[in-house]
Amino acid sequence: MNLPIVDLGALGLDGGAHVLVRLALDDCRPGEEIGVRGSHPDLVADLVTWCRTQGHQCVPRGDGGADAVVRRGSASWAAWVGAERSGHPDPHTDSAIAAHPPAAWGLAARGSAVEPGGPEPVFRLDVRDEIWTDRAGSLYAQAVAGQWNPASAIDWLDPIVHGREIERAVVQVMTFLVENEEAALVVPARFLGQVHPHFREIQQMLAVTIADEARHIEVFTRRATLTGSELALSTVGGRASLQSLLEEPDFAIASFLLSVMGEGTFVSLLGFLERHAPDPVTRRIARLTRQDEARHVAFSLAHLERHVQHEPGLRARLASAVERRHRALQGTAGLNDDVFDALVLLSGGAVSPDAVALGWQRVQQLQREMAEHRQARLGRLGFSSGEAETLSSLHTRNFM
Amino acid sequence: MCVVSLRPFVLGAVAYDPKVVTIWEGFKQWFADQGFAFDFVLYSGYEAQAEAHLAGHVDVTWDSPLCWVRTRRLAEAAGTRAHAIVMRDSDQDLTSLVLVRADSNLTEVSQLRGRTVAVGAVDSPQATLLPLAHLAGLGLEPGSDFTVRRFDVMVNKHGDHVGGERDAVKALVAGEVDAACVIDGNHLVFAKEGTIAAGAVRVLTRTAPFDHCTMTVLNGVDTATTDRFAKLLLSMSYDDPAVRPLLRLEGLKEWRVGRTTGYAPLEAAVDRLGFYGADGSILNDDYRRILAS
Repeated sequence: MNLPIVDLGALGLDGGAHVLVRLALDDCRPGEEIGVRGSHPDLVADLVTWCRTQGHQCVPRGDGGADAVVRRGSASWAAWVGAERSGHPDPHTDSAIAAHPPAAWGLAARGSAVEPGGPEPVFRLDVRDEIWTDRAGSLYAQAVAGQWNPASAIDWLDPIVHGREIERAVVQVMTFLVENEEAALVVPARFLGQVHPHFREIQQMLAVTIADEARHIEVFTRRATLTGSELALSTVGGRASLQSLLEEPDFAIASFLLSVMGEGTFVSLLGFLERHAPDPVTRRIARLTRQDEARHVAFSLAHLERHVQHEPGLRARLASAVERRHRALQGTAGLNDDVFDALVLLSGGAVSPDAVALGWQRVQQLQREMAEHRQARLGRLGFSSGEAETLSSLHTRNFM
Repeated sequence: MCVVSLRPFVLGAVAYDPKVVTIWEGFKQWFADQGFAFDFVLYSGYEAQAEAHLAGHVDVTWDSPLCWVRTRRLAEAAGTRAHAIVMRDSDQDLTSLVLVRADSNLTEVSQLRGRTVAVGAVDSPQATLLPLAHLAGLGLEPGSDFTVRRFDVMVNKHGDHVGGERDAVKALVAGEVDAACVIDGNHLVFAKEGTIAAGAVRVLTRTAPFDHCTMTVLNGVDTATTDRFAKLLLSMSYDDPAVRPLLRLEGLKEWRVGRTTGYAPLEAAVDRLGFYGADGSILNDDYRRILAS
């Protein structure tokens, strides 16, 4: 049988010739040979050197027009010995997602062959049934397709024609929104680095959520200062309510409190602003951010629905988390009065008894809507209507 | 009463790089997993290691080729013998090169007369002693027929640190010297990392093959323990994920039974250049001065 010959032309080992040799050796089994020829003056000597570093054998000889013969060693296969396929990149393929991916898979791409050994980084969130949802991939795709540019998606030059008091109300609400979105950024960010990279779609969804919140913080801040105003007051009560979210170490409970209860409530609030804000800039911002928030809520509901199926006792843990948070916040003031009044004012649209009465009714309606929707989401997690009503009533008056 | 010795088999090695700690800690654990009590001592330089070996402070040393030469000479002067028991596959049949710029008009070794040749550290066997002795063998005496420009990086590490060779090659590429001496493997390393652009240099001459590092023991060390140590090393498989990272760090695919035939060129170079005496004494004045400083 003729020896396969690799012709390197004038290319030397000091210029990348080993790449062609390696490609040819890839088709060989250990012990099989290839011939190498070329016109580089140091070809054979450099080939001997390279083979020594790779565990191959090189014999300078002229079989069939070759300048040297390389016999493949076993070392270049070694990393494949015992290498384990780490699931599959397509999550819908059978066995694509491991129930408990080994720590040693670490940062390896899901579906890659993982050489055994190596570091075993600790990713605390490494149990499929505690974080996974089949919807993560499609929600991530929606999020990527729905990314909007604050500079172009909002016409910042649209006129603001309402009076100073109404504008002050808008600024107050924007100030409130910013600090809430900070919590919505920090909480998933804290968990993102704890997710085993095997659960890539969960990482991606958390990452894009964080990017969404970064953008929300930008546009709320820009709207607050659009007319030259200073930002309004950040209250102790508001920050205390959010602090209780930051301190929650359990991913399921944190997702539940932040997204199902908090961001879900914010979806109602942003819908309210989209309908009733006094200027087109604020209405546009509310519309864009509401769409993002709705996706965040859908993600959390999806993984919690699955989690509850695998761990029915989770519902009791979620319920007690709401009760615990309620007790912890009993000593705080709840929703900043200024925020509440601002919502009345901006949705009334004017400083007059009739306008305030209208705004008051709208805020009352908003609070009913918030509670109804919270109860509906709790129902999706398997809580009875009575449980849902009770838990909804215990949700922080700070909305988030 | 039976007294069981708790003393492990102790290896001496030189800490030429932080990875040395990783390597020997890893080997120590692996030996422990095989039921072999092993420990190591690190020296900051090879000369102290050789002297400690002769003094019986360690059972085996992981020697540079130059350290092997000195240990062998010291041992024989002391009436005993040194044995090269195990070495890496990558230690056998190496060569050193004298490189010149590709666009240089130097095509014959004799044309180096009156020129400047860059070498590694004063105690580098591969980048200084062997290539200088090679040129001397071709009729060009270092220092008189051509100027030697030394790059003394981490002297007393016997050239284990690649820095001296890299500096020599940089000087060649920059046009500061006419030729530079490097070991063949580093030539390809420097090309890969971009220190040498493809086609920028060519090989003017190449030394005869020589061997590099070895595990050295002296007469008097328990033979059974030494044999077990050697057999364990030789049993290490690159297919084993537990040792593969260590073998990668140490730069080998397999351990091989040691041999001394590959040290003849360096023995000759050491004599020709007056580096060590036949009794292992250090003769090179520059080296002695640096060691004393």
